Amino acid sequence: MSARRSVRRSKREIISRRVGRVSPSGIRKFFDLLSTMDDAISLGVGEPDFVTPWHISEAGISGIEKGYTMYTSNWGMPELRQELARNLAARCGVEYDPDRELLITVGVSEGLDLAMRAVLNPRDEVISPEPTYVSYESCTVLAEGVFVPVSTVVENQFRVKAADIEERVTSRTKAILLGYPNNPTGAVMERADLEEIADVARRHDLLVISDEIYDQLVYGIKHTCFASLPGMKERTIFLGGFSKAYAMTGWRIGYAAAPAEIIEAMTKIHQYTIMCVPIMAQMAAIEALKSGEAAVREMVADYDRRRRVMVKGLNAIGLSCFEPKGAFYAFPSIKVTGLSSQDFAEKLLVEERVAVVPGSAFGDSGEGYVRCCYATALDDIREALRRMRRFVQRHRL
Amino acid sequence: MNREVLEVLEKDAKATLKQISAMTGLSVNQVRKTIEEAEKNRVIIKYKTVINWEKLEEERVQALIEVKIQPQKDVGFDAIAERIYRFPEARSVYLVSGAYDLAVFVVARTEHDVAKFVSDKLASLESVQGTATHFFLKPYKEDGEILEGQEKVRRQPLTL
Repeated sequence: MSARRSVRRSKREIISRRVGRVSPSGIRKFFDLLSTMDDAISLGVGEPDFVTPWHISEAGISGIEKGYTMYTSNWGMPELRQELARNLAARCGVEYDPDRELLITVGVSEGLDLAMRAVLNPRDEVISPEPTYVSYESCTVLAEGVFVPVSTVVENQFRVKAADIEERVTSRTKAILLGYPNNPTGAVMERADLEEIADVARRHDLLVISDEIYDQLVYGIKHTCFASLPGMKERTIFLGGFSKAYAMTGWRIGYAAAPAEIIEAMTKIHQYTIMCVPIMAQMAAIEALKSGEAAVREMVADYDRRRRVMVKGLNAIGLSCFEPKGAFYAFPSIKVTGLSSQDFAEKLLVEERVAVVPGSAFGDSGEGYVRCCYATALDDIREALRRMRRFVQRHRL
Repeated sequence: MNREVLEVLEKDAKATLKQISAMTGLSVNQVRKTIEEAEKNRVIIKYKTVINWEKLEEERVQALIEVKIQPQKDVGFDAIAERIYRFPEARSVYLVSGAYDLAVFVVARTEHDVAKFVSDKLASLESVQGTATHFFLKPYKEDGEILEGQEKVRRQPLTL
């Protein structure tokens, strides 16, 4: 008896309170179910359906063949950082010192974790627009910070207003965390919107963590890099990566660009936990930077066509959808059905074999919406829309 | 002329007007007009199908014939190229740089037919100085499409 009790107690205490505070992903069960269905069409996972352009994969493979199979500098290969510095200067209009201001990370996922742990003290607050990408809150909590969501609404195309951010600023606020082009809404920010946020950051002396993983996936607009705004480079942690633009999700490679002091601190964590990004991924990334532009342009043109089909199709079946100008997501309202987004997604999967992600997975402001990823074959998108039409007709209020 | 309409059609000649309209954001009418104009100007040459004949195990051979030419006064290579490309056996004909002048792609039923074409028709042309025939043994990729061994990569389950 007593033995069992002690086991039970120790069991309760095995997991740290910090991890205990992180809620498990709400959509996990859902994806487990999906993976058992062969005939389901998934508009769920946010991942390019292209394979990595061959010349990029080939650079990784030939690196292995030549014997590049060892550790690299903790910061990443010097050649990669130099190429990256050139690329960011040309593409984003920000100059970074490749020796002190760049760090190659295991995707933006690691970059975000490093950024949070490098700058947050317990109870420091991070303000971020909602609907929000699922890791933002978790990474904040794991770094013992407090996540402060700011609602965004469809009436403002899910762009966050500087005034709404400023309203949430307290003496504990340490950073603003932005993710535009946005996952899950597909929203983009205009330069003028960002300038207002820059003013807030300046006025209250805040850091800005800017996740720009989708920066190359924009349609008919020009993306503004937050760090390129006057005076913002010195207070911005700019996170980016290769996964989305170059269809390299499985290579797990991204980067952080920030003032030397912050990169130094992030590298401290990185060197003890990760050591370095796999060298083959770094070799492939060098090739991507050197000559991946044409492939990116072609993929973006292709996403754009699917985007138009998806958005037009959703609106036509009664799921009203604002025009997303970035990433590869459409975020239609499902309010005509009166279902919660969780119910909508579950019923749609069971009844019509189409997987979408419930908006509530991205915070309370996502309720009433679902996320549809259109990085899926056109024929599948068309078929998914036919199935969704039947579903909406059946469940319309 | 709208390039996007052409890009869509180049990938999928069966795309309907309605589908192309949804993909490009142009109206069905604009798409129709673009296609009509492209057909009229021969920007669109024709609509064809990529077939893997290997699967049918038909008797069918393909060959690349290198042709070395003595160019003729005033007309250069064009006149002789025309004499060659008018043969229906010649599927594609290019003037190329390098060791020879014309690259002639031939499709025929048997190797014998190709041999006959080369010896009777090509080699007998006055300005043809020499030919070298390469038979295709196995097709790997046709018009940008990998024919065999292209497995569909399934996404791995991931939760985020």
